[in-house]
Amino acid sequence: MSSVAIAPAATPSATTNWGKRLLIAIPYAWLLVLFLAPFALVAGISLSTVRLGMPPFEPLTAWDGSILNLRLNFENFLYVLTDDTYLLAYLTSLKIAAISTAAMLFIAYPLAYGIASCSPSSRSLLVFLVIVPFWSSMLIRVYSWMSILRNDGLLNALLLKIGLISEPLRILNTETAIYIGIVYTYLPFMVLPIYSTLSSADKTLIEAARDLGCSRISAFWRVTFPLSLPGVAAGCALVFIPVVGEFVIPDLLGGADTQMIGRAIWLEFFNNRDWPTAAAVTIVLLALLVVPIVYFQSRQARAQG
Amino acid sequence: MTKPSWFNRLSILFGLAFLYLPIAVLVVYSFNGSKLVTVWGGFSTQWYATVLANPSIIEGAKVSFLVAAVSATAATILGTLAAVVMVRLRRFRGRALLNGMLLAPMVMPEVVMAVSMLLMFVTLGIDRGPLTITLAHTTFTLCFATVVLQSRLVELDPSLEEAARDLGCPPAKAFVSVALPNMIPALVSAWLLSFTLSLDDLVISSFTTGPGASTLPIKIYSQIKFGVTPEINAISTIILGIVVLGLVAAQLVSRRSEQRVTAA
Repeated sequence: MSSVAIAPAATPSATTNWGKRLLIAIPYAWLLVLFLAPFALVAGISLSTVRLGMPPFEPLTAWDGSILNLRLNFENFLYVLTDDTYLLAYLTSLKIAAISTAAMLFIAYPLAYGIASCSPSSRSLLVFLVIVPFWSSMLIRVYSWMSILRNDGLLNALLLKIGLISEPLRILNTETAIYIGIVYTYLPFMVLPIYSTLSSADKTLIEAARDLGCSRISAFWRVTFPLSLPGVAAGCALVFIPVVGEFVIPDLLGGADTQMIGRAIWLEFFNNRDWPTAAAVTIVLLALLVVPIVYFQSRQARAQG
Repeated sequence: MTKPSWFNRLSILFGLAFLYLPIAVLVVYSFNGSKLVTVWGGFSTQWYATVLANPSIIEGAKVSFLVAAVSATAATILGTLAAVVMVRLRRFRGRALLNGMLLAPMVMPEVVMAVSMLLMFVTLGIDRGPLTITLAHTTFTLCFATVVLQSRLVELDPSLEEAARDLGCPPAKAFVSVALPNMIPALVSAWLLSFTLSLDDLVISSFTTGPGASTLPIKIYSQIKFGVTPEINAISTIILGIVVLGLVAAQLVSRRSEQRVTAA
């Protein structure tokens, strides 16, 4: 990368050195205080005990005369890790995230491939059309499915009219509705990285394969698809990780019998007002997601060079 | 891949239909005269009148726009600093950590960030309200703003800035007067992206808000919980309209400045 060269090679003056430090310090401090340090607090409070009042948890340390008492309560973790409803919620969240990521891949890949095969001018319009829903409110887009999937909604009305079904299907408030909502909401996150690897792939490689007698389909599987794998991996990471902790979609489209972990945290916080348990649930969720997050970051870091 | 085949056309058509049909349904039904969501009762704009006469919605919209404008501005400024640090200062201690903190919020489930920031505000003893929502929104939109700005800064030819510095311009001034004007489209899209992300956020706002500071999504969400109403369709259409207008404007800005660059 050419920008390496512009780091002043000559001995920098003292003022630019201080300027540089300040420049680094500002975003650093912001993220340390508001992004990284809060996780330590969550970890701390997950070891606390719930109490009435504000904040609704006991402090971890207390002075008893001249003795500093440190009370770490592991009960929240024992509860979260042994309670069936939480275990089920974690498993359900992972399952729903995995299945919907796979389903999204089946819709996103042909779409990205189709866009990449267009002329450059229509490409930018099509990419713009994929980006617009990503910018528009997720809450609104999830909401739009509620009136479609209801028992007396548009989908059922349509299916009844053409005679495919004789009784309205119950789709809203089921797991199916969660899948539809997730695939719909997160689709642009999957399309865009795949499109960007496909459109920057070296086309001469495919031509060479074709010239050497490769059929169109085998040229795709042997050349194009492997070249697009980094985009596929980025798309899967961008979708899978946030979906595991998704709240809005299971809350609005799912039923009471499908509990996802994001919703469990929300309910623990707002309905039960049990902050320490909610913190423990959050820590376990983070522990589950650490591996994919680190994988995503190392990929991104490598992509930036 | 010279000409899109029928398969390619079909997958584009299917994909875009999937993305746009639900939104189209929502917009069409916001003009429905009937109160029943699934029965078409003729064209009417009555629900827009209801929305605009609803003081609670207007109040929520004011809070949301204020929070979004302030946090987008802060995120763009911080994002510019972060992008400069990541692109121009290639080597310094703690670079990997900063990079990680800039990337992680992009995939971090919102609930996790919401819980952690709430606990931070409670520990620091900051009263929850518009200020805490703004701080939280700045933090989570910062990473998106940085990505946009970083990708522009990487493309920028550093030789002009170098020339300015060789002529005795201090580095900060060289950046502001040479590089920054070339980044205006990226700054605009970073700001708009942060603005719309903030405007849209429900989860982080719900956790970091306090009494009396409900943003528009919080109000919409509590109404949706009671069911689908034509009024929400109307609010949604207004928000979608604002977002689309902003996006088209941003697209035009970047296209015009691109043309200026190619013309020069």
